[in-house]
Amino acid sequence: MSTTLEVPTDPVTARELPYLTAVNEALAQSMRADPDVFVAGEDIAAYGGVFGTHRGLLEEFGARRVVDTPISEAAIIGLATGAAVCGLRPVVDIMFMDFLGVAMDQIANQAAKLKYMFGGEATLPMTVTTWAGAGLSAAAQHSQSLEAWLCHVPGLKVAMPATPYDAKGLLVAAIRDDNPTFVVGNKLLLGATGPVPEELYEVPLGVARTARDGDALTIVALGRMVPEALAAAERMAADGIEVAVLDPRTLSPLDVDTIVSSVRATNRVLVVHEAVRFGGFGAEIAAQVQEHAFDHLDAPVARVGAPFAPVPFSPALEREYVPDSARIEAAARELVTRRLPGA
Amino acid sequence: MAPSPARTGSTRTRARGTRSTPPAAGAEVLADLHRRMVRIRRFEEAAGRLMEAGSIPGFLHLYVGQEAVAAGVIAHLSERDQITSTHRGHGHLVAKGGDLARMYAELFGRATGYCRGKGGSMHVCDLALGMLGANGIVGGGVPIAVGAGFADWYRGEGNVSVAFFGDGASNIGSFHEAANMAAALKLPVVLVCENNLYGEFTPQARHQAIRDVAARAGAYGMPGEVVDGMDAVAVWQAAGSAIARARAGEGPSMLEAKTYRYYDHQGVSGLRISYRSDEEVEEWKARDAIAAIEVRMMEGGVATREQVEAVHDEIRAEIDAAIALAEAAPFPTPDDLLDDVYTEPSR
Repeated sequence: MSTTLEVPTDPVTARELPYLTAVNEALAQSMRADPDVFVAGEDIAAYGGVFGTHRGLLEEFGARRVVDTPISEAAIIGLATGAAVCGLRPVVDIMFMDFLGVAMDQIANQAAKLKYMFGGEATLPMTVTTWAGAGLSAAAQHSQSLEAWLCHVPGLKVAMPATPYDAKGLLVAAIRDDNPTFVVGNKLLLGATGPVPEELYEVPLGVARTARDGDALTIVALGRMVPEALAAAERMAADGIEVAVLDPRTLSPLDVDTIVSSVRATNRVLVVHEAVRFGGFGAEIAAQVQEHAFDHLDAPVARVGAPFAPVPFSPALEREYVPDSARIEAAARELVTRRLPGA
Repeated sequence: MAPSPARTGSTRTRARGTRSTPPAAGAEVLADLHRRMVRIRRFEEAAGRLMEAGSIPGFLHLYVGQEAVAAGVIAHLSERDQITSTHRGHGHLVAKGGDLARMYAELFGRATGYCRGKGGSMHVCDLALGMLGANGIVGGGVPIAVGAGFADWYRGEGNVSVAFFGDGASNIGSFHEAANMAAALKLPVVLVCENNLYGEFTPQARHQAIRDVAARAGAYGMPGEVVDGMDAVAVWQAAGSAIARARAGEGPSMLEAKTYRYYDHQGVSGLRISYRSDEEVEEWKARDAIAAIEVRMMEGGVATREQVEAVHDEIRAEIDAAIALAEAAPFPTPDDLLDDVYTEPSR
């Protein structure tokens, strides 16, 4: 894409929309703006998407541009890859992020690598929307946050919007980007409301957002953990502890500079994600921080994530499994009390 | 045991009412098929020699023996039609009109290669010719061909997409997903199975319980046809009708060509482990597609022996020149390492 979109309305004055509607609006406006954009996936046309993200698109754009597919995740990614190489701008949906497992060859060996393997000849302007996150008693195959799988593969871009504003803006940016880009939404955020400008706008990929300022500690939170971290920060603020909350918004490419400059100011960092902690993307953020700000750290980099187990079914177990604001607050309070030896 | 060549051509599961008498292959068609096949054969024979001499790093999967399939199918395609290929993909790019010097340069890992030295034998491609890449993953190209076919359908300009794959690939999930999706969406796609009777080193009888891969076509709701893959004219005729069907918006078809690779799965003599008999190899070589079409051309009065030999001489000279050009080309530099991971924004 060659044109830059206008700077959007000040989010503070924009109307309030649910995350779900923001996603829907990003799809509809992108399709109105570019006849090469089409959407495809399981139950997205006649049914409007199992979460309602694609509602109304079939009626407005017709069956050529809004395509129900068989339950065939590998072929869905292949459909996008082949169509993108031929110059279309596919936006395909993988209903639950867990289903990426079915499609991993097409994602990691095909879409991600065609451009490089072909010496730059191929361009792949394709977007994959997919839905992560636990908390719905959907158990181990419908609840995972697998963003680390994608971030480990060069050639892919990965965005994780935490607000309705970013859900629309990052999805529009992904659709307009010329690379295979995953927009990882969170099922529990679909009902969350926030300001969303009416016009078509982009939130640039690779630019973090400071969700809250603070001087005592930096929390870097991904996806649904952003509102949880903000809730923890509000409670700590009541005790006079001001915590900064950073939302990277895009994990690949990662805005390392914004994270590092915040850590240099607060000297402490806690990384939070819903995904399993071991081998999670938080480990990459922790490593980046120590590489770029080691001398500014007054405490070890701390991490909050899910335990090393599949997501359980029973609410009694799932509550214990998924990180929340209480767990974030406990880790944050411990971190701000840490002192360097001799300090 | 592998079926004998004489048994091929026995299965047909065509859609009702679509079969018409295949057009006869005139002199121009015969000459075209012959030239495409000789170019592939000479390209591959030279590549095999160069690999044995140490000029080609990595893997090399030679297409020698299977030339009639690429030639017979691709003769129907224009640059606006797409193909996806396999790990044994040189023949498809040569048949699609690939630049031989850029192909050799890629096999040598040079900066002037089709992939600037980043892909090698298993990833040669020419997007301008509609060749969407050889592919290192068995079955990996089939869903991509369906995506290209979707783009053809979306634009409605009458272009088609062809996926080449082997008997081994017909067992992998991506093939089944893609075949079903092509049929469900009625896309202009032709699935061409090159059944060379072995998935790597495992004979067909041990990797699937069917003899004809095309028998699976009916299960997806598309016509399937088995053709003698050592007969370029037969392939050309069968492919013509499948491709015409796709162009007419009637949906996908499957074509299975029974064929044989003369060399090993990888390289010229591979691991030197015996997994097929000399008699079997000789039996197939006796039905060589290039020798057969030359007899047909000469007996039909379409070409003299001198004219046929002139084609070989001309192509030998073309190959020699291409190799010389590629050998003189520079290697990529470390500065090129991180180029082309992403498409940079043009804004």
